[in-house]
Amino acid sequence: MNIIVCVKQVPGTTDVKINKETNTIIRDEADIIINPFDEYAIEEGVRIKEKVGGSVTVISMGIPKTAELLREAIAVGVDDAVLLTDKAFAGSDTLATSYALSMGIKKIGGYDLIVCGKQATDGDTAQVGPSLAEKLGVPHTTNVRKIEEIKEGYIRCQRMTDDGFEVVEMPLPAVITVVKEINEPRLPSIKGKLKSKKYEVKIFNADDIGADKSLCGLNGSPTQVIKTFTPVHDINGEIIEGTAGEQAKNLADKLLAMQFVKCK
Amino acid sequence: MNYFLTEEQEMIKELAARIADEKIAPVALEYDREGKFPRDIIKYLADSDLCGVYIEEKYGGLGGGVLEMALVVEELSRACGGIALAFAGTGLGAFPIILFGTDEQKNKYLPDIAAGKKLAAFALTEADAGSDAAGIRTTAVADGDHYILNGTKQWITNGAEADIYTVIACTNRSKGARGFSAFIVEKGTPGLSFGKKEDKMGIRASSTCELIFEECRIPKENLLAREGMGFIVAMKTLDRTRPGVAAQALGIATGAFNAALKYSKEREQFGQPISSFQAVQHMLADMAIQIEAVRCLVYQTCRHIDSGAKNISKEAAMAKVFASDTAMRVTTDAVQIMGGYGYMKEYPVEKMMRDAKITQIYEGTNQIQRNVIALELIKESTRE
Ligand SMILES: Cc1cc2nc3c(=O)[nH]c(=O)nc-3n(C[C@H](O)[C@H](O)[C@H](O)COP(=O)(O)OP(=O)(O)OC[C@H]3O[C@@H](n4cnc5c(N)ncnc54)[C@H](O)[C@@H]3O)c2cc1C
Repeated sequence: MNIIVCVKQVPGTTDVKINKETNTIIRDEADIIINPFDEYAIEEGVRIKEKVGGSVTVISMGIPKTAELLREAIAVGVDDAVLLTDKAFAGSDTLATSYALSMGIKKIGGYDLIVCGKQATDGDTAQVGPSLAEKLGVPHTTNVRKIEEIKEGYIRCQRMTDDGFEVVEMPLPAVITVVKEINEPRLPSIKGKLKSKKYEVKIFNADDIGADKSLCGLNGSPTQVIKTFTPVHDINGEIIEGTAGEQAKNLADKLLAMQFVKCK
Repeated sequence: MNYFLTEEQEMIKELAARIADEKIAPVALEYDREGKFPRDIIKYLADSDLCGVYIEEKYGGLGGGVLEMALVVEELSRACGGIALAFAGTGLGAFPIILFGTDEQKNKYLPDIAAGKKLAAFALTEADAGSDAAGIRTTAVADGDHYILNGTKQWITNGAEADIYTVIACTNRSKGARGFSAFIVEKGTPGLSFGKKEDKMGIRASSTCELIFEECRIPKENLLAREGMGFIVAMKTLDRTRPGVAAQALGIATGAFNAALKYSKEREQFGQPISSFQAVQHMLADMAIQIEAVRCLVYQTCRHIDSGAKNISKEAAMAKVFASDTAMRVTTDAVQIMGGYGYMKEYPVEKMMRDAKITQIYEGTNQIQRNVIALELIKESTRE
């Protein structure tokens, strides 16, 4: 089973600064970490490999310094690391990112499963995973909290929902995005760290992966950030009081009034 | 301060520090309260390859020595001296095999220890033989292909939890300490049982337990070195693990200092942080000076030992005494700086002060260490 894990570099602090003019994140190149959700993706990839055999490759599109982060993945059991880096990729939105990743993944080839974190802690869009699946023309499942079964050409997983989970089956190759409930990422080992120190991350530019530059970076990014804000969830429930009988009647009246139910 | 650690030693220290901060610190107070043995933490150490830092590569370790062991103990002890002891106590049990084991014995036991699959323990002390270790009464009598052990060992770290025990017993009582021998006894051997688990002042996450041998038959190939070498096996082992106790003390002191420093900046009295009072500043400065001096002595002693030096008893004893006395002082001062809060169980320094105390007692009390140091000094001066 060949597994590819998509990894993003994000700011190491939770105190993300926004450029007021472009409404984009100001990235401090000195302080970057692996997107925390991607750590779960890496761990899941390594666990699948340990169970059914095969190999795990991490791929990232990012600044050259991201290579250092990809080495950390080698230290926890990943076999190979690929970094897509090119000035042409600068300013990518989720569409351009998933395009570049899809081209990089096609170049790697021969994959059965692609694992992504459910979202990145900086942009928080959760779009790259599904969008990547579309670009590659493979099925996907988001918010996976458990893989129940995985074998040649088949995966069955639990997809977390607001009030429980769904069981989803897919043929492979496919893309999944994982939530933090799926596992507890391991710490690196000394032997892994020693291996990662010697490891050379494979670096590809836009030409290496045959990317059409008009679809990369700012050129390929139709998104314009008008405003950033945290959505407010202000759906207030109403508590119906009274005796059981009164409550039932009150509730029935309300449902009737809202035309959710009908009287015959 | 640059301690001139190698890249691999830095890696070991960093990884141990991560386990201390991320995995141990959040549970240290609970494990202390409940007296819970840290199986889960050992798993993290094992998965990170840290269990074998001091074991040769051909037996699955990382090929380091006493310094590597000390670095791990120090970092873990910063978060909890008791939890760190599961690792350090295993080192104490493993060193007799590392130093005196045959290739077969090493092949049989060290890989599992290096992989963290098995823990070890070292059993010398008995009810009537503490400082005077030559007074042990446990016997081992040869019987065909076996030795039969009888007697009771007391206060054995990792007792009942460890799988591999190195045990010192008398094979020839008439010869005194020259009649002692060292044996490897596996948990599960008929005739080996465990007595009561002690309820201790500190290092409560460590298990301290009686080992009871009743007609316990062990195969002859489990003899370490030769008959009559037991006391030497014990002393040479302790020479290499006392710096480990020193590292434990160093870690505890560092943990207490860090807590006190942080608190002194946050706690305000008379309208200002208590760190602005010179009395507190000088205490902090003195704590830091002592810790720094300890760290330098401990690391350097470890390097001296790892270089293959012959005479190491005095040096190991000095590191152990200086570090443990410092830990006791620094943890007491940390409680003082934190005032009443420092005295409360909700804050870590109360526990650290209790944990520090043991480092002055075990692996030879500090009085006994001073005896060792003084005797060596006198011996050296007459030699000159
Ligand atoms: C928590 C814990 C864990 C332990 N783990 C282990 C273990 O894993 N394996 C093991 O074999 N042992 C272990 N021990 C035993 C430990 O090493 C002994 O407790 C220690 O050596 C001291 O012996 P004692 O307690 O019998 O004290 P004693 O020898 O009775 O000493 C009492 C006091 O008298 C002083 N004293 C004794 N003789 C002299 C002297 N000649 N000159 C000056 N002062 C002297 C001592 O310094 C001490 O202050 C452990 C003990 C504890 C408490």
